[in-house]
Amino acid sequence: MDLMVIADNMPAYLAGFRMTAQLTIVAGLGALVIGLAVAAMRVSPLGSLRVFAATYTELLRNMPLTLIFFFAVLVLPQFGVVLPLGYWTAVGCLTAYTSVFVAEAVRSGINAVGVGQAEAARAIGLTFGQSLTSVILPQAVRSVIPPLINVIIALAKNTSVAAGFAVVELTATGRRLAQQNPADVVLVLAGVALFYLVVTIPAGQLANLLERKVAFAR
Amino acid sequence: MRPVRTGLIALMSATVLALTACAGGSDDGEGTEPAGGATPAEETAEFPEGSTMAALAEAGTITIGTKFDQPLFGLVGPNGEPEGFDVEIGKIIAGKLGIAPEDIEWKETISSNREPFIQNGEVDIVVATYTINDKRKEVVSFAGPYYLAGQSILTMTSNTDIEGPEDLAGKNVCTVSGSTPEANLLQNYPEAKVQALGAYSECIEPLRNGQVDAISTDNVILAGFAADNDDMEVRGEPFTEEPYGIGLALDDTDFRMWINDVLEESFEDGTWSEAWESTAGTVLPAPEPPTVDRY
Repeated sequence: MDLMVIADNMPAYLAGFRMTAQLTIVAGLGALVIGLAVAAMRVSPLGSLRVFAATYTELLRNMPLTLIFFFAVLVLPQFGVVLPLGYWTAVGCLTAYTSVFVAEAVRSGINAVGVGQAEAARAIGLTFGQSLTSVILPQAVRSVIPPLINVIIALAKNTSVAAGFAVVELTATGRRLAQQNPADVVLVLAGVALFYLVVTIPAGQLANLLERKVAFAR
Repeated sequence: MRPVRTGLIALMSATVLALTACAGGSDDGEGTEPAGGATPAEETAEFPEGSTMAALAEAGTITIGTKFDQPLFGLVGPNGEPEGFDVEIGKIIAGKLGIAPEDIEWKETISSNREPFIQNGEVDIVVATYTINDKRKEVVSFAGPYYLAGQSILTMTSNTDIEGPEDLAGKNVCTVSGSTPEANLLQNYPEAKVQALGAYSECIEPLRNGQVDAISTDNVILAGFAADNDDMEVRGEPFTEEPYGIGLALDDTDFRMWINDVLEESFEDGTWSEAWESTAGTVLPAPEPPTVDRY
């Protein structure tokens, strides 16, 4: 056991950490945008949009993330869609997978907004888009901050799946270091776990803070 | 789709293994009578008291860690039995302890859990395309080598750019995340763009689709792929030496030396060649037996 193994490999850890953080942020932002859009479609007055959003959600929510990666890397090329291996494929898969959880969280928030709010918005002449963006969503999103942060924390951990698909993030870095230091595998992996905590624990703290800031009595 | 299928097969074979393990357990009780016969007692007498060999021969069973997904070396097929050169080597060693092949308990070891399994005593020995190197020698001991592999390159037959490792500069090279070949590439050919996936079999389709230009790992693994895929071929001479050894507990020098004796004997009496011919020899040329390293 050599406690220095983590310190000695700090540059490798930091590079892996940077990639994990980058995947989390980019895929997280993408998932928020797509998730909001899907949630909006889910409650739209157009039947075709509702069906599309529901299908999208059920498809992606019920498939393991690893299978989505396999699909993008190994199956899509069979149909002539050859994506470059690595970062952008991973961002795409993580975004698509996470967006449905965002959409479901937001939808639950929308359902929690009193139906009178929507009726009042209609009564004063707002269109569907206007009532959604200026009346419903602001209230809905505020009430789902905690579950949304949960989704982002799950995303931060889910980025580890990309390790098996040509992305060198924290987990892949851990595997490399474990291979190079067979005597200190436990320590190497403990180091990886520590770096994940650096992402996830502040995210939880942020959730508490935001919750207090934006919470409102109903 | 290959990995999915392999996963299913692995799951099924795991179930089959679990079932056979149960069946084996109940057999043991009834099997005591023949085991008390003359032959096993004679075998036990050969080994110094208190040695691992004596303990294993006495128990009449041995737990061997091997790969379950490595064609030609250790692969569990639909019948649930591991097959390959590593498996045959394991059987030779068990045989010298007076343990029949059906009394061997096979345990799947993957690259990353071989050291922990040996250290925790979950397996008695590991025969799993296990490269002997100095860092690993700090935590486990190695008997052998019983085979010398080397890292090589697989590419499409139509590819004319790649003839050797120097040509990998700027090319996408597929390998497995956290493997020795990955480490070799990163260290010795830093200009190659390493694309690490979860298993070597997952590299095949990306190679065919042009997402990667080559696959690099031990020549024996690549030979298996080349045999299965007519449009791919192994290029150039191996550029590393990967001596495959038998892993065992760090301080068990007597056991290590005894396994070395067994290996040397098998090199001479032809059982090693037979094991090779019936497994990896169906695809690969016959090698010379390596020299055992009694460090």
